[in-house]
Amino acid sequence: MSGAGASAAGQAAAEPAIRCRGLRKVFSAGGREVTALDGIDLEVAAGEFVCLLGPSGCGKSTLLNAVAGFSPPTSGELSALGRPVAGPGPERAMVFQEYALFPWMTVERNVAFGLELKGEPAPRVRAVVDRLLEKLGLSDFRDRFPKDLSGGMRQRVAIARVLAIDPPLLLMDEPFGALDALTRRSLQDELLRIWAEDRKTVLFVTHGIEESIYLADRVVVMTYRPGTVKRLVPVTLPRPRDPASPEFNALKRELTALVMEEQARHQADEAHATAD
Amino acid sequence: MSARGRLSSLARSVAVPAALLLAWEAVSRLGWVTPLILPAPSAVALRWWAYLAPADPFDPAAGGRLAWLLSGELPHDAFASLLRIVVGFGVGAGLALPLGLLMGARPLAYQLLNPVLQLLRPIPPIAYIPLAILWFGLGNPPAFFLIALGAFFPVLMNTIAGVRSVDGIYLRAARNLGAGEWTLFWRVMIPAAMPYILTGVRVGIGVAFIVVIVAEMIAVNSGLGYRILEAREYFWSDKVIAGMATIGLCGLGIDLGMSRLNGWLLRWHRGVEG
Repeated sequence: MSGAGASAAGQAAAEPAIRCRGLRKVFSAGGREVTALDGIDLEVAAGEFVCLLGPSGCGKSTLLNAVAGFSPPTSGELSALGRPVAGPGPERAMVFQEYALFPWMTVERNVAFGLELKGEPAPRVRAVVDRLLEKLGLSDFRDRFPKDLSGGMRQRVAIARVLAIDPPLLLMDEPFGALDALTRRSLQDELLRIWAEDRKTVLFVTHGIEESIYLADRVVVMTYRPGTVKRLVPVTLPRPRDPASPEFNALKRELTALVMEEQARHQADEAHATAD
Repeated sequence: MSARGRLSSLARSVAVPAALLLAWEAVSRLGWVTPLILPAPSAVALRWWAYLAPADPFDPAAGGRLAWLLSGELPHDAFASLLRIVVGFGVGAGLALPLGLLMGARPLAYQLLNPVLQLLRPIPPIAYIPLAILWFGLGNPPAFFLIALGAFFPVLMNTIAGVRSVDGIYLRAARNLGAGEWTLFWRVMIPAAMPYILTGVRVGIGVAFIVVIVAEMIAVNSGLGYRILEAREYFWSDKVIAGMATIGLCGLGIDLGMSRLNGWLLRWHRGVEG
C-alpha cells in the first residue's frame, strides 16, 4: 500500500498487520511428509485487503490457519498485529466456508457469543447485536436457528458474529465459495462496504480469480505444492469495480495465466498419483 | 385433513386392536380356555378398575379428595415404582454424564477407564441381583442400585460418543471467538453432544423400567413388579394382566413425555423437524 497513514497513524501504519518471514509448514500424512508452505515472505499492511489466490493444494488455507493460530508453522516467523502468533484469538477473527455457526443457538445468540465471552454487559451486547443484525439484513431472523436459513443468510450471520467482537484483522476462508453467483456478489459488496467503513485488515482466501480482483488491494498468487508466493499483483482499479471493464479483464487474463500454470502442475501431480 | 379423513384414520388405527380384543373375549366366553390361563378382557378391565379405585369410601376427616382418589392400590404401586426409577436413574445418569463427558473430552481418561467399562458393560444388571442383596439387603437400596446400573451404561456410552463426534469446526470457531476451555465445554461440547446424550437418556430410562420390575419381583414388597408376582401366587391371572397393562401405560407415558422434551431441546437440530 502507499503511505496513506502519514498523519496520525504514522507509527501504526509502519507496523504491518501480518508479517511472515520464511514461513514453512510440513504435514506428515500416512508416513509421507508434504510441504504445504515453503518460504512464505509476506507483509499485509494495516487496513489492507489482500486475497490469497491459487488452485486447491497451494496451501492458501494452511497459511490462513497459521495466521488464525489453529495450526502453528513448522518453522519461520509469523506475527500478527505486532505480536507473534501463539494460538487462536478474537483479534484475528475467522469466517469459515462452512459457516461454522453453532446450530443450537439462534441467530441472535450466535452473534452475541463472542461479546458475551468478552464479558460485555447485557445491554451493550444487545445494542451491538441489534445494530449488526440491522446492518446485515438479519433483523427478521434473529430468533431462527441456522438450519432454517439459506446459505447466504448463514454466511451473513457468520460475518455478523465476527464483526460483533470488532476484530482489527478479519480472516476469511473461501467464505462465499458455496453460494450462488448473485448471493455471492451481494455479499462481496456488503463486505467491501463494511471494510470501507471500519478499515479492518482483511486476508481473504479464494480460488475465484474474478472475486480476488473485485475485492482486493493486492492479490497474492500462490504456487501449487509446496505453496510459495508466485507473484504479488496490486489491483489499483477504483471501487466499485466493474468486472466488464477492459482494465478488469486485462488483470483477469494476467491472473488466469498465472493460476492456470499452477493448476496444470496440480493436475500433473494428480495424474501421477493415480498412476501410482 | 378433513373430519372424515381423521375419522377413517382413527378407524384404521383402532381396527386391529379392537378385533383382537373381541376375539380374545370370544375365546374366553366360549370356554375354550379357562379364566385361570387367559381371563377375558372384560374381567381384566373390571379387575383393573378395582385395583385403581380407592378401597374405602370418601371420608373428609381422613384427607382431601385428591388423596382419596389416589389411595387405591394401583396409584401406590405405580408411585413406588416410579420413585425407584427416578432415584435409580438419577443416580446412574448423574454418574454417567460427567464421566462420559470426561472420557469423551480427555483421551487419557478414555484410555484408562475404557477397558474396565467394556468388561463390565456386557453384564446385565439382573446378574447383579445376588450381589445387590448381599451388599444392600432388601428394600429400596438394592433396587436403586440395580436401576442405576441399568441406566448408567447407555447414558455413558452415548455421552462419550456424543462428545467424540463434536465437529471440530465448532471448537475452532469458538476458540477463535475467544472461548477458553470451560466455555468450550459448557457452551459448545455439551450442546453439540446433546442429541447423543438424549438418545442415551431415552435408552437408559427404558432399561430402568425393565430393571425396576425385575428388582421389585425379588427384593421389595411394593410396586408394580411386586404386585404382579403377588397376584400370580393367588392365581389372579386377571390382576397379573391388569398390572402388566399398567406397566405398559406408564412406559408409554414416560416415553411420550421424553419425546416431547427431546423435540423441544433439539428444536435446533436438523433431524427433528416438525
